[in-house]
Amino acid sequence: MSTLDAATIKKQFPLLLREINGLPLVYLDSANSSQKPQSVIDSMTTFMEQSYAPINRSAYHLAAAATDAFEGAREKVQRFINARRAHEVVFTKNATEALNLVAYSWGRANLSSGDVVLLTHMEHHANIVPWQMLAQDKGIVLRWVPLTADGQLDLTTLPELLAGAKVFGFTAMSNVMGTITPVQQLCAAAHKAGAIAVVDACQYVPHNVTDVQAWGADFIAFSSHKMCGPSGIGVLWGREELLQAMPPFLGGGNMILDVRLDGFTCAELPAKFEAGTPPITEAVGLGAAIDFLTDLGMANVRQHEIEVASYAMRTLRERFGDDITLHGPTNVEVRGATFSLAFRGIHPHDLSQVLDQRNVCVRAGHHCAKPLMRELGVNATARASFYLYNDTADVDTLADALDSASDIFGS
Amino acid sequence: MPGLEDLYREIILDHHRTPRNRGELPPPAAHAVGHNPLCGDEIDVYLQVENDIVKDVKVGGQGCSISQSSASMMSQAIKGKKLPEVRALVRRFKGMMSIPDEDGNPIEPDPSVKLGDLEALQGVVKYPVRIKCATLSWNTLLEALAQS
Ligand SMILES: Cc1ncc(COP(=O)(O)O)c(C=O)c1O
Repeated sequence: MSTLDAATIKKQFPLLLREINGLPLVYLDSANSSQKPQSVIDSMTTFMEQSYAPINRSAYHLAAAATDAFEGAREKVQRFINARRAHEVVFTKNATEALNLVAYSWGRANLSSGDVVLLTHMEHHANIVPWQMLAQDKGIVLRWVPLTADGQLDLTTLPELLAGAKVFGFTAMSNVMGTITPVQQLCAAAHKAGAIAVVDACQYVPHNVTDVQAWGADFIAFSSHKMCGPSGIGVLWGREELLQAMPPFLGGGNMILDVRLDGFTCAELPAKFEAGTPPITEAVGLGAAIDFLTDLGMANVRQHEIEVASYAMRTLRERFGDDITLHGPTNVEVRGATFSLAFRGIHPHDLSQVLDQRNVCVRAGHHCAKPLMRELGVNATARASFYLYNDTADVDTLADALDSASDIFGS
Repeated sequence: MPGLEDLYREIILDHHRTPRNRGELPPPAAHAVGHNPLCGDEIDVYLQVENDIVKDVKVGGQGCSISQSSASMMSQAIKGKKLPEVRALVRRFKGMMSIPDEDGNPIEPDPSVKLGDLEALQGVVKYPVRIKCATLSWNTLLEALAQS
């Protein structure tokens, strides 16, 4: 008996109940973006039907209530990741914007030519390119943590790599291989070397209990759309002292206390980093997603995914032996339920096309991690990622669909 | 598997399994590299043009069955052809892939241009994301032509 009853959970996701060509949908692309439960959909609809108003700028009752709803969502995020203060939670467009904010604002204020930023070979482009842009502008130097053969971070030379570094940016969970990294240990190592720790938690927060204080992180970034919430809103959490000392990112309305002809004064946190009209309805939806996840219990979600991941590794190995390669760790303690796979030499595009015939949705491509693809020696992989609404039956359907791919491309 | 026969015709799978004209050509042959940013696939087209005739063509790189077979059939179709014929074929092929001309107008099929085996890729149009796979080598060919 599984910790979570995926069948009951699935019923709360209207889209997952759809059938296409008489076959149920097997959605295995949640690492890309997750589906939305009815409660999230309803929260946004109800808010727009009954409570929508601009926030922060108006005295009328409706606007005050909308502001409360928006700030209520911030407090839900605060509790969900165990942040010390709600104003350490900055709403952004997505994780990408959150990471750009750190590189741009903190980076420009604190880094200069020759300074070292340490990243890893398994980063998403969102945690690479902003630093490369900074490297072009500021002449900072990028270093890279290599990987072990089973797709974990190779930490044997970490102290040398960190020596003199000012930033250590790393993912908490790989979006390609599912690898979970030792975040707490990495944050401690960063601090020991005098660097700040920037954690890309985009794949971690939707699947695990997150505690930024226990991690000892300085910044974390994640996106609502991967955790049952709507697209259009993401989160940057940062330690208060760091956020206070940083210059603003985007300029405009809401982020100022005063604007004169000769200059401006920034607003307090978090408004300082929230220029312009924010994603208001989306914040309400994110709040509802957090309620949904909290009701399930993130420890249960993690346990469920361990069970599904174990079943997937066992089943695929038993059925296909050496014909299938699952990139990443085999130990479920250090991996989530995201699998990049190579199957009988069939190109990922062809594989995902054939799987689609059975409504099995997997992503084919480089998953915005081209440096990692080069490391794995491939151009692309097919990725099956499981979430709280997937169960072992979905693994079986995937395996059956893989079999049918051999019928077409069989060698 | 029902539904996919249109896409994965036997002739496509054949070119995928045994691609024709694989390899490289040394300079001064023209060489262009095409990328499919969606999936990271790469294709190399080497083109040796003499007296406005494609004397030789080679294809390298990696890709899915659609991009590989399209490249393979393309190489067969253009070898020994005069450049105007090659350009007309590119146009005809893009028309079959529902790609508009430079002005955004649909390309009318020119019956004097024979597609031969390439006709088998017709089914790709029903799978819009795969059109990029089928046209990757053709766009790379245009780049190589621009160099020669
Ligand atoms: C590890 C990781 N980081 C960052 C991102 C970027 O997220 P978004 O596209 O929502 O900004 C993703 C999403 O694909 C991801 O998987």
